[in-house]
Amino acid sequence: MVEITDVVCSLCGCVCDDIVVEVEDNKVTKVKKGACSVGKSKLMGHGRIESPAIRDNGTLKNCSYDDAIKKAAEILAAARRPLLYGWSSTVCEADKVGVELAEEIGAVIDNTASVCHGPSVLAIQDVGLPSCTLGQVKNRADLVIYWGANPAAAHANHMKRYSYISKGYWTEEGKKNKKLVVVDVRRTATAKMADVFLQIEQGKDYLVFSALRAMLLGYEDVVPEEVGGISKKDLLETVRMMKEAKFGMIFFGMGATHTRGRHNNVVNAIQTTRAAHTHTKFSIMPMRGHYNVAGINQVCTWETGFPFAVDLSRGYAWYNPGETSSTDLLVRRECDAALFIATDPGAHFPGESIRHLSKIPVIQIDPFPNPTTEFADVVIPCAISGVEAEGNVYRMDNIPIRLRKLVDTEYMADEEIMKGILEEVRAIKEKEGE
Amino acid sequence: MGTKVNLISGRTIVQGQNLDNKLSEEYFNEVATCELNKADMERLGVAADGHVKVKTSFGEVVVKAKEKGGTPEGIIFIPMGPWANALVSGNTHGAGMPQYKGIDAEIEKTEEEMLHVKDLMKTYMK
Repeated sequence: MVEITDVVCSLCGCVCDDIVVEVEDNKVTKVKKGACSVGKSKLMGHGRIESPAIRDNGTLKNCSYDDAIKKAAEILAAARRPLLYGWSSTVCEADKVGVELAEEIGAVIDNTASVCHGPSVLAIQDVGLPSCTLGQVKNRADLVIYWGANPAAAHANHMKRYSYISKGYWTEEGKKNKKLVVVDVRRTATAKMADVFLQIEQGKDYLVFSALRAMLLGYEDVVPEEVGGISKKDLLETVRMMKEAKFGMIFFGMGATHTRGRHNNVVNAIQTTRAAHTHTKFSIMPMRGHYNVAGINQVCTWETGFPFAVDLSRGYAWYNPGETSSTDLLVRRECDAALFIATDPGAHFPGESIRHLSKIPVIQIDPFPNPTTEFADVVIPCAISGVEAEGNVYRMDNIPIRLRKLVDTEYMADEEIMKGILEEVRAIKEKEGE
Repeated sequence: MGTKVNLISGRTIVQGQNLDNKLSEEYFNEVATCELNKADMERLGVAADGHVKVKTSFGEVVVKAKEKGGTPEGIIFIPMGPWANALVSGNTHGAGMPQYKGIDAEIEKTEEEMLHVKDLMKTYMK
């Protein structure tokens, strides 16, 4: 048995890097400390896709890696409007090859931000983001606001490592000297811990941000007695806490981006943070979901100039979410082939998009069978990044951290698979050129 | 005609624990569910684990009802996954983002069976 320390978790955007595991006979046998129950489940592992496979007459038939990679390349090289999607639960090294492949075949390359914090990206491009690192939050924040986010379920170590419960340089007593405000439609597990819980009416985020912003800027008189289900008294109390904080922090989640208003909610959240700057130090950060969704946004931006929904069919990068984003492309039935890596559109895309996917050739690269496997035409199993393969990822505050390899595997890593497909595509194109 | 409700979807701990295990019973038991307020459960005449049919303009699914105190009246919560997303529109209103929260839906008690994930995916292949 070997004990491995400083293991990095490849599950959520927290990217916890202080995990201790035990490895025996080339298997993670115990997660000793550091990981939350979700991260632990990931590290301990689940049933795998056993072999590469190609669908033949409706049934997936096992084949070699070479055959699956060749078939994937044939599909992509022949496609007129291919979509390459996913990239958030793999490493930046694989993402880089993905962008190269997208350029080679004139594909749209999109990532899970498209159905997650895409609206936040739009808002940030609109008004910027006064943000900081999670280290700053840990060491300085004495007021933490979770808005439309339920870290107790989605980022289970977030409060303990970085925010409300953590102990830092100027916050050595932990939550004793901190305040927690939660804004949500449901009284979630996170809401139950809050000093102040603002239970807003569904879809009223924009209004409540506007009210807080007006009050922070001194226009309390224009705010009515109730806004979005919250009394003026509670709003004033929240504003008082914001003004009195030494360092306030807003973390916002899908409650703001998945609902009516989308990016406009986030613009207003950012402007509320700015309004708080007239009184004290305040910062804001999106609760990024996948462990490397921030990383694919980085890679995609430094390679193409844009973080997601990038159309390379024109020979230059064209970015127009709403047109070039996956859901829109699929609902318009524009794509004629799709590659999904480290993602599961079968589970996470609207039914309307899946209907089109079931009619076009789909390539899936993933360690685990999932709903997408049910309609995928080429299935390529891969090593689990952070367990069987190493590489760089970006935490939710855009801090790069290197995933470690804990055990050996016969499965190919995402980067190798992508390189294999790219090489084959280039060979096909070269042949066509002759 | 079912009762009009506002549907939201989102993460749960058990859903997260089974992200890599979506074809399992654990995932099915957690994600093919619908959380409701006690008053809404009584209004529908549905007991815990009773089946409910949820319909939107974009689809319908049968899921298991679960009473959840923190959920306000008129709101139903289905954990993110294939069952919730069968009800979501692909219209992104020009923003690229489907509306996964705040969907007009109708809910009613049903005796119909729930579809397991593989069968649910088959409905898209017709």
